[in-house]
Amino acid sequence: MFDSVLVANRGEIARRVIRACRVLGVRAIAVYSEADREAPHVGDADEAVLIGPPPARDSYLNVAAILEAARQTRAQAIHPGYGFLSENWRFADECGRAGLVFVGPPPAAIRAMGDKTEARRLMARAGVPVVPGSDGAVRDPEHAAAFAESVGYPVILKASSGGGGIGMARVDRPGDLARAFTAAARRAEAAFASGALYVEKYLEHPRHVEVQIFGDASGAVVHLHERECSVQRRHQKLLEESPAANLSRATKSGLVDAAVTGAREIRYANAGTVEFLVDAAGSFYFLEMNTRLQVEHPVTEYVTGVDLVVAQLRVAAGESLPWRQQDIVQRGAAIEARVYAEDPERGFVPSPGTITRLDLPDAAGIRIESGIAHGSTVSVHYDPLLMKIIASADSRARAIERLDDALARARIEGVKTTLPFLRRVLRHEGFRQGQVNTQMVEQGAFNA
Amino acid sequence: MPEEIKAHITGVVFQVVARAGDTVAAGDPVIVLESMKMEIPVEAPSAGTVREISVAEGQTVQEGETVALLE
Repeated sequence: MFDSVLVANRGEIARRVIRACRVLGVRAIAVYSEADREAPHVGDADEAVLIGPPPARDSYLNVAAILEAARQTRAQAIHPGYGFLSENWRFADECGRAGLVFVGPPPAAIRAMGDKTEARRLMARAGVPVVPGSDGAVRDPEHAAAFAESVGYPVILKASSGGGGIGMARVDRPGDLARAFTAAARRAEAAFASGALYVEKYLEHPRHVEVQIFGDASGAVVHLHERECSVQRRHQKLLEESPAANLSRATKSGLVDAAVTGAREIRYANAGTVEFLVDAAGSFYFLEMNTRLQVEHPVTEYVTGVDLVVAQLRVAAGESLPWRQQDIVQRGAAIEARVYAEDPERGFVPSPGTITRLDLPDAAGIRIESGIAHGSTVSVHYDPLLMKIIASADSRARAIERLDDALARARIEGVKTTLPFLRRVLRHEGFRQGQVNTQMVEQGAFNA
Repeated sequence: MPEEIKAHITGVVFQVVARAGDTVAAGDPVIVLESMKMEIPVEAPSAGTVREISVAEGQTVQEGETVALLE
């Protein structure tokens, strides 16, 4: 095991990694920006290094400053947490060149999964289902129509060079295709200087279900079951749970097999997550792979009884996987609520400020991963996640009850938070029955 | 009497979209703020001519602070 690990992150995840270092008796080194001098993660660490001004590009994304901090403190490894540099293959590569162990997968795996087209190609080659698509631009509306006929309507037209939803158009009927094609191509041309479009089958009300996987240097890969993350807004998850409710045995086993197959294909090592969309019929499609520790990892830790961050450090230090597949059993239920500094009554606008009151519940089955303390400044420079509140119990219904009770008793003042919204979700009849999909939040299902 | 356009959130000025003298319609973005990794436009509340932009890119503005004058 390492003597010392530098944690290249902030907030709740830096504190989580530092705690795992403690479990292993490893010296934990924090880094911080000028905005985070008083931040809780700095106080938790054995040593802390100032790496730059508040903007993330000058501090938590500053590769040279982080490598220099590692050199100064004689750290042997760097844990990137999630976000920031965690999925930057060049950073992982530079760690290796500087003689540091990057706690995560090999740079080549990060790179392959970071390129979404390449990821789709590699997964399809391994036999993992991907959303039926034209795999490249279609020439004209007739070409698009031929493709749409083959996969069935509705389809979605997407800009080949695009992003952020620009140039996307849903088409429900053959008669609408030509006009939609022309309009989408024009918008794509204006935004990306290329009107090239590709076609994909449009999934109606899909669920987002993901599989936690873990590999080691010998090529062994296991899964740690699934997480349901359908309650999300603009691809930002709000509630996550394990197991996923109402998932048939056949779909569940198809998902975990596909995830393990995909991870083996790219010689994956360390913790990773394979995300899928699941349709009403239980068919599933590869969405993307996150080559890092996931925000919602605690729900998996609860139902499997493993410490994922400790395992990350062990495997990064060269140990074999600490478990065989048959040892990893999913028991009980766990749900995580992400508390963001956002105002749900004003369209989730950011709500930076100073925490003037912080009372958090301490109850059986409740775990809180918080990045803030009383008096903390919630800065405009970083992600709005304040904390995660995780409830576990022997059943999903009981876990929901515990979480609702914990959210009701949590008092956070000084900034607006998503707490009231999260409580509405927990009380929603459809949610209680496990009837969820990725479009519910934006369609207003949980509005007051 | 010029109308003050105020920031509805606290953030850092990411982009100044309109310039003094520009004609804007109601709902047009005047500046874009960046806060907590989100880009949020501050829009003109009504149609008019921008008389002054009172902030610069990179500057932090507080909720309620005037960012531009419209007439």
